[in-house]
Amino acid sequence: MSDELNTTSSHSGFNFAYLDEQTKRMIRKALLKAVAIPGHQVPFASKEMPLPYGWGTGGIQVTASIIGRDDTLKVIDQGSDDTVNAVNIRKFFQKTTGVQTTENTEEASLIQTRHRIPEFPLKEGQIMVYQVPVPEPLQRLEPRETETRKMHALADYGLMHVKLYEDITHFGKITSTYDYPVLVDHRYLSAPSPIPKFDNPKLHQSKALHLFGAGREKRIYAIPPYTDVDSLGFEDHPFELQRWDQACALCGSKDTFLDEVITNDEGGHLFVCSDTNHCQRSQKNGAVHDS
Amino acid sequence: MYVAVKGGEKAIHNSVQLLGDVRRGDSSVPELQTNQIEQQLRLAVAKVMNEGALYDPMLASLAIKQASGDLLEACFLLRAYRTTLSRMGYSLPIDTHGMRIQRRISATFKDLPGGQVLGATYDYTQRLLDFSLLDKHQPEQLELSQDNAEAMESILAVFDQENLLESDLPLEGDPDPKDITREPIHFPADRPTRLQNLVRSDEGFLLGMAYSTQRGYGHTHPFAAEIRFGFVNVVIKPDELDFCIDIGEIEVTECQMINQFAGSKDIPPQFTRGYGLVFGHQERKAMAMSLVDRSLRAKELGESIESPAQMEEFVLSHSDSLESSGFVQHLKLPHYVDFQSELELVRRLRQKASEVDHNE
Repeated sequence: MSDELNTTSSHSGFNFAYLDEQTKRMIRKALLKAVAIPGHQVPFASKEMPLPYGWGTGGIQVTASIIGRDDTLKVIDQGSDDTVNAVNIRKFFQKTTGVQTTENTEEASLIQTRHRIPEFPLKEGQIMVYQVPVPEPLQRLEPRETETRKMHALADYGLMHVKLYEDITHFGKITSTYDYPVLVDHRYLSAPSPIPKFDNPKLHQSKALHLFGAGREKRIYAIPPYTDVDSLGFEDHPFELQRWDQACALCGSKDTFLDEVITNDEGGHLFVCSDTNHCQRSQKNGAVHDS
Repeated sequence: MYVAVKGGEKAIHNSVQLLGDVRRGDSSVPELQTNQIEQQLRLAVAKVMNEGALYDPMLASLAIKQASGDLLEACFLLRAYRTTLSRMGYSLPIDTHGMRIQRRISATFKDLPGGQVLGATYDYTQRLLDFSLLDKHQPEQLELSQDNAEAMESILAVFDQENLLESDLPLEGDPDPKDITREPIHFPADRPTRLQNLVRSDEGFLLGMAYSTQRGYGHTHPFAAEIRFGFVNVVIKPDELDFCIDIGEIEVTECQMINQFAGSKDIPPQFTRGYGLVFGHQERKAMAMSLVDRSLRAKELGESIESPAQMEEFVLSHSDSLESSGFVQHLKLPHYVDFQSELELVRRLRQKASEVDHNE
């Protein structure tokens, strides 16, 4: 993030990064509070953006309020730089800020994401901005905010533990596969947003700053660098990672999150990396691919 | 061999181009002008200004044109534009008693001071398709009487003598309302906050909620004491000046719904109020709003909260069409990763189940 936050308009009629400076200040205040209380949801006066609620307005507002002219922005959706939502949001920031964009994870100072954390390890100084549909991890169990607020205040997360326990009694295992609940800094139960649980360990003691924006639900929360992030589990049923029997059909990676691709109408399918940038680079580096 | 999907950017560009073409339709038909929308689709314009939370008939008409007549999409365009506007200040409360009346009716009193003013409404028409509108036609020029110049006191003033109706005057020390566009709604919400949310809420949602209270989900016994539509002045009082400035007039519809109330330990039996106020001529919405306002007062009046229309978190969290439309439609976005995770889980669970079967 640039020290100097620029206010000049880069696209006729709109302020730098669309939001007016007063709104950016309001959001930055919420961000500071969120960083000071890791995992705690901070309410903020979310604005209507030119993209619909549910399509990344929280992440867009966070990015818009911290982006500076010297930033290099990467936008991904489902791990890919080229899906419709990622393309649209990247274009929005190109138009309203004119900042440089990239597909390379390590070149980016700011990465806005929906549903994935890049495979390439993040480094100090990088900021991840997550688009969050449902910031309240307890919402599906208790829809009333008046109640969940009390549970957070008392750190009373029995409801979630009972849910996980019931999973085990019904299915023999915990059945949350994405948006898998985490305890941040041993205090606040948080939603890592719908990243696959495969990505959860990347949050623990991460070198990067992770900011979460939920526009429709009007909440911001954060995981600062080097914070403990524990995925919930039990001693006899600990958190476990997803695994694939296959390797990526394009680059041969065996340690990445794989998407399944249908290849014909006879049930043929193969697996490829969800992180397209990482996959292309592995292919270039002549990783295991030999088919 | 499958190659990772590329070319999203080009496809999006083409889709946007195509949209412009489809919006225009057959180019041999003259293009729709926004002033036609403003003049001839005034009720659509009113809806868009309300839910788009911006009183500007010209921009609302533009939004309707740009959205191909999808009014929710038009509301969205207007709201996104609203975000970019700087805020000059707040007006003084509008005075609906001083309204320049275009229509004013009461369902509780047959005759009343000022009389029933029917105005222009579909209420008394027979809903038969008028095929003459298929052709261009010049309507007969009406000779209109002068506007009802006199301000009409609200009919509810008649109750004042007997204290049969709760007062609507703010209590002493009543704080300024919070602005929901600057502070997110915090539950439990106070009444000014709820009313702000209801004004912007989706008409269809509000109507369904209001209807549910009439069918036993929440108990109200409402009477439409007064519905009025007309022009009110908007007045500001800048901090640096010690006088008020009239900055123009807007059209609003106001509904005062009164409800029977059995009374409680502290309050004798009396009538209570539900209030609705919206931009433009929108009686359906104003009435629905006043019913829902009243039912959301359940806690304040010591009534038991059992039905959705009485639950403020339920109503206020789901009333906004931008929020609901956005989140429902976000399901169109790719969910490859989440779905893949579920797919893997279901396969493993099935595998496990079949192993168990096999062993038995």
